[in-house]
Amino acid sequence: MKYVDEFRDATLARGLAHAIAAEACSHRDYHLMEFCGGHTHAISRHGIQDLLPPNIRLIHGPGCPVCVLPIGRVDSAIALALDHGVILCTYGDVLRVPASEHMSLLKAKAAGADVRMIYSSLDALRIAQENPDREVVFFAIGFETTTPPTAAVIRQAKAMEVKNFTVFCNHVLTPAAIRKILDSTAPEEGIRGAQGARLDGIIGPSHVSTVIGSRPYEFVAEEYQRPVVIAGFEPLDVMQSILMLIRQINAGRAEVENEFIRAVSRDGNFKAQSLMAEVLETRPAFEWRGLGTISHSALRINTAYGDFDTERRFSIPYRAVADHKGCECGAILRGVKEPRDCRLFGTACTPENPVGSCMVSSEGACAAHYTYGRYRDYRDAGPTRKAVND
Amino acid sequence: MDDTQKRSYLRPLDWRQGRVDMTHGSGGRASAQLVDELFLRAFDNDWLRALNDQACFLVSSGRMVAATDSHVVSPLFFPGGDIGCLSVHGTINDVAMAGAKPLYLTAGFILEEGFPLSDLQRIVDSMAAAAREAGVAVIAGDTKVVEQGKGDGVFITTTGIGVVPEGLYISGDRARPGDRVLLSGTIGDHGVAIMSLREDLRFGTTVASDTAALHGLVTTMVEAVPDIHCLRDPTRGGLATTLNEIAQQSRVGMRIREVPIPVRPQVRAACEFLGLDPLYVANEGKLVAICPPEAAERLLAVMRAHPLGADAAIIGEVVDDRHHFVEMETAFGGRRMVDWLTGEQLPRIC
Repeated sequence: MKYVDEFRDATLARGLAHAIAAEACSHRDYHLMEFCGGHTHAISRHGIQDLLPPNIRLIHGPGCPVCVLPIGRVDSAIALALDHGVILCTYGDVLRVPASEHMSLLKAKAAGADVRMIYSSLDALRIAQENPDREVVFFAIGFETTTPPTAAVIRQAKAMEVKNFTVFCNHVLTPAAIRKILDSTAPEEGIRGAQGARLDGIIGPSHVSTVIGSRPYEFVAEEYQRPVVIAGFEPLDVMQSILMLIRQINAGRAEVENEFIRAVSRDGNFKAQSLMAEVLETRPAFEWRGLGTISHSALRINTAYGDFDTERRFSIPYRAVADHKGCECGAILRGVKEPRDCRLFGTACTPENPVGSCMVSSEGACAAHYTYGRYRDYRDAGPTRKAVND
Repeated sequence: MDDTQKRSYLRPLDWRQGRVDMTHGSGGRASAQLVDELFLRAFDNDWLRALNDQACFLVSSGRMVAATDSHVVSPLFFPGGDIGCLSVHGTINDVAMAGAKPLYLTAGFILEEGFPLSDLQRIVDSMAAAAREAGVAVIAGDTKVVEQGKGDGVFITTTGIGVVPEGLYISGDRARPGDRVLLSGTIGDHGVAIMSLREDLRFGTTVASDTAALHGLVTTMVEAVPDIHCLRDPTRGGLATTLNEIAQQSRVGMRIREVPIPVRPQVRAACEFLGLDPLYVANEGKLVAICPPEAAERLLAVMRAHPLGADAAIIGEVVDDRHHFVEMETAFGGRRMVDWLTGEQLPRIC
């Protein structure tokens, strides 16, 4: 497959693996966080960890849209579908996100709610046009990658004067989450904090950066002195960006570098940015699953497009809901713990019956480890590992 | 009959404009007419012509197998096939995976009121052609009609009966550490062909479903290597799910390699932009075979010599593993697990 195979070449991978092994100092560890779930998935699916020396630890960050969606927002969506009788349209992964009282949108659908899985925001608008006597809500989630299509569909709905269509906007902002993670490392203890994981560098988002550019990460280097390398989603991109991070760390540099030059510029996509600015505005604060409430970390629909805001059309009181007590998703999203450290992992919490959000999407740290890597827990620790997990 | 009394006239079914109505499932005259003008004509054989509620047939000594499969695929017609031939191939393959020669099929139809008779005829003709080609007789059947909105055109359940040649003991619990894992050809063709037609996806592709009856291939395989341990067709859930099923049943693990697993470029491309893994995409004309290591090359040669196994490959081996994990060496050079399919990848694929 052209333009894909070139970035999955095993020979080049071996070359990069040798370079990484040669340049990584054997007397220290490197803790690198890949922010994006897309990277988490690529790392797991291609087995990238096997090509790295053992002193390079990859921490799976919170960049999985459904993983950070708080229970309260899913509860609201379920209430819209069940109590208000709307046609609720959303992306496939969202359907399985566990909500309060063992509910999910998928279960609400089985209980009679009209929930539709869509592949594009335009599908939701089409459904609204096909059902003029029904209220249609697009349950929009995601980082900056999926935000421009949401803004576009809102603008289109206004232009077409579609009256029965609103958007329940849950779009979140990547830089705010990165800042939250970096703040959770305590500077007085050097680079390892009581709350946060030790973090030596960040593999920067791929698709998000095509929209926002590399400039919004510059605070990471300037204020927190951590290197960032923006990386594409292909496995060779990830390997190359790890090598670039190691070189920065070894040289004591902290800069924003761009490995994904074939798609990302410093300023990003102006058209997408202006579209978002026209329709959406920053919320004062938003709750993130696993990370708590973060100020200026999410978007809502602005007054000019207020007629298309679900939160204005329907009365849907928000109630924050705590995660399951035993669930370690929060610590895992911050990189403090690994999936196998959670006592629910693989027992009460599996991809079939996710308790925590990281188990829902294939991009979630727990689901990726369960699906692709959990055999390592048994191999690494020998025969006693199972007892620990059970 | 009184000479003066006219023979009751029955207007022939309108195969161009007509539609299924509730009377076709009533068991009365309209049902009988549908059987006569459609099913008897298409499947024509002595068992059906007897018009009994059951078919009587002789049984041979030895082991017989039975398998049943319901088909709800949407859309009903797709590149490479339709629900008719699929319902024949699917059940024949389940029978054949015991190493058996399939002999008879029965078919149950659930029709939706309003379904065009022309489409029904097309589907039944396709079933009949598939059964004829496979040398299998459809010897009994049933038709029910549900109200409009209560079905989706047509659902077909088929049951197959076959006989296992003496000396064969093929079963999912017979994989042993050291055995080799063989795959008969490219994966994901059926799933991608169906997905390309779904209303909400719709993309252009040249991939056709691989739906095919595999008993001919199986016959040549078991003749060459009677000691095949396991055979299974990786349908829903794809190759990944089939390997996990066998690992679980046989209480072993598996180590496979990604490189030799054949995937068409179009299927890889479709999976890439849909975010799917071809290992989990459905097939309807492929099989996985597990055999002792010393027989693997011989089996591979026989498979490759058959048109339905031309792209066959040895993709891995069975290992001792009390956790029954399927591990894969990735094309990139790393390792990972190949787990069971989680959730529903695409409903109503077969």
